Amino acid sequence: MVQKLRRNQFLFEELVKREFKKKYKGTVLGMIWSLLSPLLTLLVMRVIFGGFFGSSVDNYTTYLFCGNLVFSYFNDSCSLGMLSLRNNADIFTKIKVPKFLFLLAKNVQTLINFAMTLAVFLLFCILDGVAITWKFSLLLYPIICLLLLNIGMGLILSALFVFFRDMQYLWTVFAQLLMYASAIFYTTDGFSHRLQAALHLNPVYLCITYFRQIVLSGTVPGLWFHLMMLLYGLLVLGIGCLIYKKYNHKFLYYL
Amino acid sequence: MSILKVNDVSVRYRMGDFKDIGLKEYVVRRLRGKYHAREFWADRHVSFSLEKGDMLGIIGTNGAGKSTLLKIIAGIMEPTEGSVTSDGTVAALLELTSGFDDDLTVRENVFLRGSMLGYNRKLLNEVYGEIIAFSELEDFQNSPFRQLSSGMKSRLAFSIASFVRPDILILDEVLAVGDGGFRTKSEAKMHEIIHGGATTILVSHDLDQVRQMCNKILWLNKGEQVAFGDDVPGICDRYRVFLDGETL
Repeated sequence: MVQKLRRNQFLFEELVKREFKKKYKGTVLGMIWSLLSPLLTLLVMRVIFGGFFGSSVDNYTTYLFCGNLVFSYFNDSCSLGMLSLRNNADIFTKIKVPKFLFLLAKNVQTLINFAMTLAVFLLFCILDGVAITWKFSLLLYPIICLLLLNIGMGLILSALFVFFRDMQYLWTVFAQLLMYASAIFYTTDGFSHRLQAALHLNPVYLCITYFRQIVLSGTVPGLWFHLMMLLYGLLVLGIGCLIYKKYNHKFLYYL
Repeated sequence: MSILKVNDVSVRYRMGDFKDIGLKEYVVRRLRGKYHAREFWADRHVSFSLEKGDMLGIIGTNGAGKSTLLKIIAGIMEPTEGSVTSDGTVAALLELTSGFDDDLTVRENVFLRGSMLGYNRKLLNEVYGEIIAFSELEDFQNSPFRQLSSGMKSRLAFSIASFVRPDILILDEVLAVGDGGFRTKSEAKMHEIIHGGATTILVSHDLDQVRQMCNKILWLNKGEQVAFGDDVPGICDRYRVFLDGETL
């Protein structure tokens, strides 16, 4: 895979450029909009949920921001990545190109978009009076795990979307459920042990929790926590790669 | 030593109403045992080999399996049975306008499409001016692709493709595009590529063209290989008779 990527480096660069030009072209606000929209979401959630949780959670806005930041990166990568085969069918049914390049290009775009939101997030932390320590550099770890997870999910979803037309709707429903199971705007303190354990099945929840521990309480999650996150990422990526390997030459028949 | 060997290649397509169904529908059909996929062979036991410098014409009516065979040779599809071995780089110009993006400018599209054809950035920087000049689009370099007329689009597509220098060139009826002056110009360009030493495979419905240009010929009918050989006039005559018989 890496070898193929190197051989097609120029094509890959052009595909990434295409993603960016298409995303930021035509809208007046362009790049600013992609920073503004998470802030607006944050504002709305702060206003609505602030009354319920604001008093019991310190730095509730930052708490919310952590959840939104991570979840929207995951959700963007998945829902956009899902389209990467179907939307490029015209190309790979006529030209020999490695099909996973389209998904990777999309993921580069969502990653950079995430990086910009992350910059805003850090700025916000300072404004909110959060002390920025060396531990913030550890945030790279959940980001890498998320990246693995996102690419894996993108591989799985884009393949499924080739075979099944209604994947988009099913995914929207699933993503919504996952969002509620990611403790974005509520705290899990009052939950039973069993329920708290069940939440650990959700890799997005783990990443959000990692962010919150570092940012809000300045503590580093344990080794077990690290391993679990990495395992989820590698597992999903592995499944995605297997699906692509198996169906690489069959996609054509369905498009 | 042949440059291209097609070894008993067969391709099976899956057909039927399994396309465009949703997951829910799929599960329901599976449970009720109503999930059927029909299969048919687009190509069956096709074998031939080409030497360096050969020019092969593939003839056959619609649905003969010509385009599928080209996709197999180009590596876009995998044969269900059999194998293809090629000794050299392969470039397939199946549909010239695929890979263009409507929202990007002409300039951006040249690089995007060029990268898909396997060019590198250095080459594209060098020949960019030539591509624009050849396609006569000097005044449109920064216009979105969608604003071009279809004639302009095919001119641009042809011009970009005209810098391929593969060992094996695969053409699906794209010898020339456009009208009048451009037609002549593009045809000359294509001949230049072919005579540059590339082994060429050409699908064509123009028998005269095949007679004129090709030294080998392959006749497919409903996926079966009817004839292959270097007796181009003979096979063309037989095909002509077959066509006349069918239309009667």
